[in-house]
Amino acid sequence: MEFFRNPNIDFLGKKWYFLAFSLVFSVAGVLSMLFWHGIPKGVDFRGGTLVYVKFTGPPNENQIRSLLNKAGLTRVRLQRFGPADTNQELISLDERETSEQALDRGKNQIINALETNAPAGKQDLNNASYLTVFNYLMEKDPLHLGTDATQRYSDNARSIVSYRDKSKSGVLNSIDELKGTAPPEVVGALNDGFFLSNFAVKNVEIVGPQVGEQLRRQALLAVLYSLIGMLVYLWFRFEWIYGLAAVVTVFHDTLITVGAFSLANKEITLTVIAAILTLVGYSNNDTIVVFDRIRENIKLLRRERLSDIVNRSINQTLSRTILTAGLTFLTVLALYLFGGEVLSGFSFALVIGILIGTYSSIAIAAPILVAYQDWRGSRGKRYAAMAADKGGKSPKPQQQKAQVKA
Amino acid sequence: MTKNLGWKLVLIFGTLAVFLFGIFGVPSGLSGSALATAIQNRIHLGLDLKGGTHLILQVQVNDAVNADSDRAVERLKDRMRARKINFTEVSKSDPANNPDKIVITGVPPENSADLRSLVGDQLPEYNLNSGAANTWTVAMKPPQLTELKSRAVQQAIETIRNRIDKLGISEPIIQEHGLGQYQILVELPGVDDPARVKEIMQSTAMLEIRQALNNGQPYPSQDAALQANGGVLPPNSVLLPGRSIGTGENAEGEVYYLISRTSAVAGHDLREARVSRNSQTNMPEVEFFLTAEGGRRFSEFTGAHVGDYLSVILDNKVMEVAVIKSQIGDTGVIEGRFTDQQARDLALILNSGALPATIKYLQESTVGPSLGNDSIRAGVRAAIIGMAAVLLFMLVYYHGAGINADVALILNLIILLGFMGYFGATLTLPGIAGVILTVGMGVDSNVLIFERIREELRNGKTPPSAVDQGFSHAWVTIVDTHVTTIVSAAILFIFGTGPVKGFAVTLTFGLLANLFTAVFVSRVIFDWVLSRKQRGEALSIG
Repeated sequence: MEFFRNPNIDFLGKKWYFLAFSLVFSVAGVLSMLFWHGIPKGVDFRGGTLVYVKFTGPPNENQIRSLLNKAGLTRVRLQRFGPADTNQELISLDERETSEQALDRGKNQIINALETNAPAGKQDLNNASYLTVFNYLMEKDPLHLGTDATQRYSDNARSIVSYRDKSKSGVLNSIDELKGTAPPEVVGALNDGFFLSNFAVKNVEIVGPQVGEQLRRQALLAVLYSLIGMLVYLWFRFEWIYGLAAVVTVFHDTLITVGAFSLANKEITLTVIAAILTLVGYSNNDTIVVFDRIRENIKLLRRERLSDIVNRSINQTLSRTILTAGLTFLTVLALYLFGGEVLSGFSFALVIGILIGTYSSIAIAAPILVAYQDWRGSRGKRYAAMAADKGGKSPKPQQQKAQVKA
Repeated sequence: MTKNLGWKLVLIFGTLAVFLFGIFGVPSGLSGSALATAIQNRIHLGLDLKGGTHLILQVQVNDAVNADSDRAVERLKDRMRARKINFTEVSKSDPANNPDKIVITGVPPENSADLRSLVGDQLPEYNLNSGAANTWTVAMKPPQLTELKSRAVQQAIETIRNRIDKLGISEPIIQEHGLGQYQILVELPGVDDPARVKEIMQSTAMLEIRQALNNGQPYPSQDAALQANGGVLPPNSVLLPGRSIGTGENAEGEVYYLISRTSAVAGHDLREARVSRNSQTNMPEVEFFLTAEGGRRFSEFTGAHVGDYLSVILDNKVMEVAVIKSQIGDTGVIEGRFTDQQARDLALILNSGALPATIKYLQESTVGPSLGNDSIRAGVRAAIIGMAAVLLFMLVYYHGAGINADVALILNLIILLGFMGYFGATLTLPGIAGVILTVGMGVDSNVLIFERIREELRNGKTPPSAVDQGFSHAWVTIVDTHVTTIVSAAILFIFGTGPVKGFAVTLTFGLLANLFTAVFVSRVIFDWVLSRKQRGEALSIG
């Protein structure tokens, strides 16, 4: 099977279309960053409190909001989370509700506000840790085991909590559901001391303002350093213009990806930054493959014009470029569709980035090389500088003919 | 070439065996569940997958500096009096921001030489500078200041580690959080209700025994205390809060005790603390024992103060006030109406030593076990679907060579997981994504090579020479692409924390393994296939 047999597409001839396409997307992203959604920052970068809650039935946002308002929490954002039938809700508190003096106050307020049906003196089994259940059983001793109860109750508590968390993914509807898991006496005792709220807290993230500030700086530095790393490596392996072209390309990819997050109003978290750094590497891969071929062809085809060489190189590697992008895209798409909610931002960045990264190695990186050559040509410089192989066999003077007219 | 083939095959199967061992160790059986447990023993799951608590806390190092400069102030006053150097005041002007800065005022000019030699002798880690109008400033030398602060962080780490170990939390991570200022990263697997642990970690556990003034009687409020003393506290005394020990109406209210500023016994004099029960009330209490040196001082102090009151102070709160009936040796009791668990926690905290400074929590995240479970399920499903799609595509697109790529890819995965088993690397959720990406990006090397081979075949080369050319041309490109990706991964590793680090690790290991599988293994398979073909027979590459 073969998708492309000797393709011969004039990519460079279409460079103005490419430029227009890139401009539209970059400008749209930048405009959104400046005037619309800004750069939506995840909790790790802005500070704040996130509480992921799973309810037994479809969550009623109006009711949740009024409960939280009553508890004095006004700067609250509610958001459905995960597939609808999992009944999950993400409650986030503004950074202004989160202070380093009492980091987890907001979280505790949320839990207390939601436990509306709490009977006096009973604990919430859906939000009880293993230790709470264990201590309770030890105290009540429903099986009348006396002194050697520790092992037995610790096993009981563990299997109760693990039944709740693993089989019922966190929330029980009725304490009697535990009858298959623990002896009836134990279940009876639990009924005496516990009640069930209609939710369970699955995940909590609290970031104080100081860490948010620090992480923002680090994320910027990380992206910057990796761009510099690429520039230096490519400079060392090729010519500086190749490094520059690759870095401009990667910057273009990063800008459009971040722009896409802004347009979609999706939050940029630490893992998204990880995805973006991966894209920096990936997009470079694509660019390098084309550059490698250009370098090889410059040595082989000394009489041809650079634009022809570049076009030919892109066409020769086109099959590989599309295949690799397609396969990587396939895996990333699997991640986006099936990888679960936690990774959704991460895989969204990769889905966008791989499309853009593939496009840009053809549409941005290669034309930059040719444009540079044109510019040098217009200033009467020789073609020699493009030979790409440092210190190697430098091309012959006759290649002056190979100057390009745009 | 066929001769070398044997050795190369041995190398490949050897690698396979070594890394399979890395993944599974020696499993107890070959059933699915036995293999699953075997994997879990070798490959550590990150907090985001197994559930637990992740905390970043900051050591308020200025506390430690303040403690040091407080001692310096006392010593200065003491020695200046001893050497008959006049002064108006020795004090700290700005303890919050410049905790090491001490200001001495009113030293006559003729005494400046004496002052210089005194500071030089007594406070070698401080610098003395003269200011206007007989004012001098004493500040800690910068290297000593840095050293003091980093020592405070190290001590805090040790103390927190002690406390967490004693709580029986398995495999905690407690380390300096490299990029922040005096920050510590604490990861507690399996802890989904961090309130109690945080409480225990945060307690500075500064235990002191000081004399209680005013016959050990508390005042109902700070104002009342000031009024009773005519608006000014007696010299060398301080008001500290405590719980009322009376029974009746005010049993739980906060009251204030007038306490001496100097401590008879301090935290480092403590040898051991343990939970015991009061012989009369049967309530839990904490009994403590002093070191030989501490015991000697305690017995001197109690001997000189029979009939006076002493107070046991923990973290600047009065826990206990009692009359000194006779000279006491080296032991004491803190009663303070504890529950069993509170008493156990207090004993634990006291035994693990005092924190050199207070700590502040900056970040907290808790992953419940059910979320971790969901994440693993989703991640593994995505990995299997992505992997299957890639394997299938390679087979359809490249036919015989597709099998070659698939073998290389599977081996790549085995080596990656084996690596993680050997190095005890942690698999996080983004790490699973890294595995999936490795599959996608790893197959790139195969595609590069195969496309090149096809091209060479189209140009009329024989299969062996096309394979040869394909590999040698693609090699340069593969190295370049791998290096750039590993550069990004390395930067991620340096800048990232927890889950993100896990991603960087899997991606890097995966790509390194890919160099071996996509280039070496794949080449061997081609050579083996070619060696079995007749000269001129076509190569199955789609």
